[in-house]
Amino acid sequence: MSEPLLQAVNLQCERDDRMLFRDLSFSILPGTLTRVEGPNGSGKTTLLRILAGLNDAWSGQLLWLGKPRARRREEFLHNMLYLGHRPGIKPLLTPVENLRALMAGRKAMSDGVLLKALAGTGLAGFEDVPCRRLSAGQQRRVALARLLIADEPLWILDEVFTAIDIDGVTALEHLLVQRARDGGAVVVTTHHDLQLPSMQRICLGGADGL
Amino acid sequence: MAFDARAGLRPEADAVSVFTAMRVVFVRDLRAAFRQRQDLLNPLLFFVMVVTLFPLGVSPEVSFLQLAGSGILWVAALLSVLLSLDHLFRHDFDDGTLEQLVLQPQPLFLLVLAKTAAHWVLTGLPLILLAPLLGVMVHLEGNSIAVLCLTLLIGTPVLSLIGAIGAALTLGLKSAGVLLSLLIIPLYIPVLIFGTGTVAAAAEGAPVGGYIALMGAFLVLAITLAPFAAAAALRISLSNS
Repeated sequence: MSEPLLQAVNLQCERDDRMLFRDLSFSILPGTLTRVEGPNGSGKTTLLRILAGLNDAWSGQLLWLGKPRARRREEFLHNMLYLGHRPGIKPLLTPVENLRALMAGRKAMSDGVLLKALAGTGLAGFEDVPCRRLSAGQQRRVALARLLIADEPLWILDEVFTAIDIDGVTALEHLLVQRARDGGAVVVTTHHDLQLPSMQRICLGGADGL
Repeated sequence: MAFDARAGLRPEADAVSVFTAMRVVFVRDLRAAFRQRQDLLNPLLFFVMVVTLFPLGVSPEVSFLQLAGSGILWVAALLSVLLSLDHLFRHDFDDGTLEQLVLQPQPLFLLVLAKTAAHWVLTGLPLILLAPLLGVMVHLEGNSIAVLCLTLLIGTPVLSLIGAIGAALTLGLKSAGVLLSLLIIPLYIPVLIFGTGTVAAAAEGAPVGGYIALMGAFLVLAITLAPFAAAAALRISLSNS
């Protein structure tokens, strides 16, 4: 068993005077897929934002490689990829420009690699069309193109399957499984019925808050 | 570490230098802005309109305009920067690029500084380029116009930097306009006083070195402190969204 990448100990979050979850403890190990489950409003997105470091309104402990994450923020961010509800795509820029801007802060990459990644998500021929002219699914695919070239060991993906067609969903599932097999850790939320081998589940909501 | 080599921790050497990251943010903001030019014209048009309406509304007398001209230009520039502030982070917030910016493995305050620099190039700089023309219109003398442009050159970046704090703080709100003005205008007042004071001193033939140095001190203070405050405010706003 290898060391967990991210460990949550007694995580607790309250929002608008409502306890979303408490005493939540789990580990994200390399080579695993974790699905966060729960009905609407049970705090799935909030939990993912907490894990990604976007939400600071929580108590408990979050350990990155065994040490408190707050002290190793840059190292954590260097090794974590987060895709949220909002895809992070500027409607005025083209897919290539968007992808370039998103990747450039993380790793120097040639345009060839970016174009190949876009082609890999089925956006070949749309590289130079401003993103606002693309459909919602295509815009998400621009964001998903990052997954094809990302080498961060921890992926945190919120509702990745939204607006993606059936073929895309299959390809994406395949990508996530392959990723876990290669030793990456993936945390997802989805309402799509995801059945993947050796999937860890974190259930939120329910009567006692857990 | 015991991970598979292909998905192990990313080597530190892969990290992108903070200057590259800042340049990317800066270039992306400029590019996006030039794709939507009407948004760029808005503050400029406002600036020109306000300055043009003063002679019509108050008095076209040369003596009045010479006295009030620098103040009119400064107030108009200040309001027009204020008008454009809400856009600084709002679009990025709505489309999710702001989340990705916060999660970039570089110090956030430097990335915020890059964004603010882009904002200044898009709003403050065009105002300074237009100022001489409007200065002639309100009968300012050559020397006063030069000093006015200099004060705007030092002053407008301060306006953008202070404004970034307010824009970041009010990001989570639906209608941020009023609160943003209330928060920011008191902080703009010293810049306005020294900006117009410098031009008034120049018009009387007094030395302006001291005024300019003080404004320079404002700018240094704003560059060093405002990005920290704005970055912290961004974290809070994102945390609550």
